[in-house]
Amino acid sequence: MVSTEGNEQARAATEEVARRSYGKLVAFLAARTCDVAAAEDALSEAFASALTDWPRNGCPRNPEAWLLTVARRKTIDMFRAAQRHPSSPDELELIDAALEAPGESEIPDERLAMVFACAHPSIDAATRAPLILQAILGLDATRIASAFLTSPAAMGKRLVRAKEKIRQAGIPFRVPGQDELPARLDTVLNAIYAAFSEGWTDPAGADAARRDLTDEALYLSRLVVSLLPQEPEALGLLALMLHAEARRRARRSSAGEFVPLAEQDQLLWDHAQIAEAESLLHRASSLRRIGRFQLEAAVQSAHVDRCRNGTANWSHVGELYDALFSLTGSPVVLINRSLAVAEVDGAAAGLAAMPDQTADPRLTEYQPYWAARSELLARTGAFQEARHANEIAIGLERDPAVRRFLERRRAALPD
Amino acid sequence: MQYLLLLHAEEAGFMNMTPEQQKQGMAAYMAYTEALNKAGALKGSNRLQPVATATTVRVVDGKTQVLDGPYADSKEQLGGYYLIDAPDLDAALSWAARCPGASHGIIEVRPVWAMGEPAPARA
Repeated sequence: MVSTEGNEQARAATEEVARRSYGKLVAFLAARTCDVAAAEDALSEAFASALTDWPRNGCPRNPEAWLLTVARRKTIDMFRAAQRHPSSPDELELIDAALEAPGESEIPDERLAMVFACAHPSIDAATRAPLILQAILGLDATRIASAFLTSPAAMGKRLVRAKEKIRQAGIPFRVPGQDELPARLDTVLNAIYAAFSEGWTDPAGADAARRDLTDEALYLSRLVVSLLPQEPEALGLLALMLHAEARRRARRSSAGEFVPLAEQDQLLWDHAQIAEAESLLHRASSLRRIGRFQLEAAVQSAHVDRCRNGTANWSHVGELYDALFSLTGSPVVLINRSLAVAEVDGAAAGLAAMPDQTADPRLTEYQPYWAARSELLARTGAFQEARHANEIAIGLERDPAVRRFLERRRAALPD
Repeated sequence: MQYLLLLHAEEAGFMNMTPEQQKQGMAAYMAYTEALNKAGALKGSNRLQPVATATTVRVVDGKTQVLDGPYADSKEQLGGYYLIDAPDLDAALSWAARCPGASHGIIEVRPVWAMGEPAPARA
C-alpha cells in the first residue's frame, strides 16, 4: 500500500526533476536517435513510470539516470514495435548502446546542440521558436499555440512536421563550428527573441501562458550565454530582454492603464535586473563585435539613463538607430529613429525622417508607425492629419490598454 | 545518409556564354566532381540534355498521355544532379554551396528515402 504522503513526495520529486532535467534528457535521447518526437514520447513514459515506481520504492539516488534508463528501454521498444526508422537489429543495438546512461558521471548537457537543430535554417522560420519551447521546455502545443495566436491543431501540425524534417533530412545536433557560428547563432537568438516578444505582448501579465513565455525565453537566453560566454550578441540579447523585463510592472498603472516610458514610476523598475543588463552589455562591448541585439540593448540603456538622470541623450539614441538601420535595414528602426530626430531637430525633421509608407506596404498595418506619425503631426500643428493617423493606430491595436491610451491622446488634440 | 543535389538553372545562361566561358564553366564542374570523388562522397552524377528534349508521360483512366516538354515550366530548369553521401544535412549543404551551380542557379538538397524506412508519421 502506498501512502498518500509517499505519492505526494514522488510527485514533487518528479516535478522537480522535470523542471531541472527535461530538456537535458530530451536532448541526450534525440541527439542519438535524431528523433525529437520519439525522445519526448519515451521521456513522458519514463516520467509516468516514475510516478508509480517512486512512491513504492523511494526516490532513486540519481533520478536523471533512472529516467534515462527507462526512456532508453522505451525508445528501443518503440522503434522495434513500430518498425520505425532505424529498424534493423544492428542499428537498434547501436542506438541502445548510445543511449546508455554515462555511469556515475553527469549526463552531458546537449541542450544547446538541440537548440541549434531546432533553429536550423532548413526549419520553417516561424516554427523555430515554438519548436525550441517544446523540445527544451516541454511546453505542449496548446500552450504554445495560444502564446503565438494560432490554433492548437495548426501549431501541433507544424511541430510534428518540423520534427519529421529534423529526422528525415538528417539535421545534426551540434553547435556549429566557429566559421558557421555567427550566422547560425543569429537564427537561435532570433527564435528566443520571438518567444520573448510573444510573451511581451501581454505586459499586464494577465495571460499566464504569455507571461511564462518571457520567463522561458530569459531562461533559454541565460542558457545560451552560459554555454557561449564569448558571444557578444548572446549577451546583448539577454541584456535587451532584462531591460524590457525590468520595466514590466511600471508599464501599467494600478488601474491597468498603459504608462509611457517618460511617465513611468521608477520605483517600480527592477533595478537589479537593470544593473545586470548593464553589466552584460559592458561585457559584450568589450568583445568588440557589435550587432543588432547589443545596439537595441544600448538604446534601452540610454532610455533608462535619460529617465534616471535627466541626461539629454536623444542624439546618442539617434546614432544608435543609425547603426541599427545600417545593420538591419528595418523600417521599424526608421520609425524609432525619427522620434529621436524629432527630439533633437524638431517635429518637422522627425516627420521627414519617417519611412515612406508607400515604399513598404507592411507599414500601413503597423500600429507604431501610425502612432508615431500622429504624435509628430500633432507637434507640427497638423491636428487634422494627426487625428486621422491616431484613428488608424487605434484600429490596428489589439491591446485594450494601449487603445485607451491612444484614445486619450486623441482627446487631447485641439480641434 | 545519401542526399540528391538537384541543380536548377536557366538553360539560356550556358548557351549564351562565349566558348571560353563555357570551357571555364565545365572546368569548374569537373574540379567539383573530382573533389567529391576524392572525399569519397560521390555516389553518382549526370548532366541532363536541355528541356527541349523532355517528354512527360502519365496514365489517366488507363490511357497513356504523352506530352512534349518538361513537367515544370519555370524559368530555372533541372539541368543535372549529384548523388552524394554525407554524414548529415549540414555536410550536404556545405557540398551544395561549393557546387558551381549554386553560383549561377539554385540547388535543391533532398535526403534519399532509405530502403526499408517507413513513411513519415502524418501530421
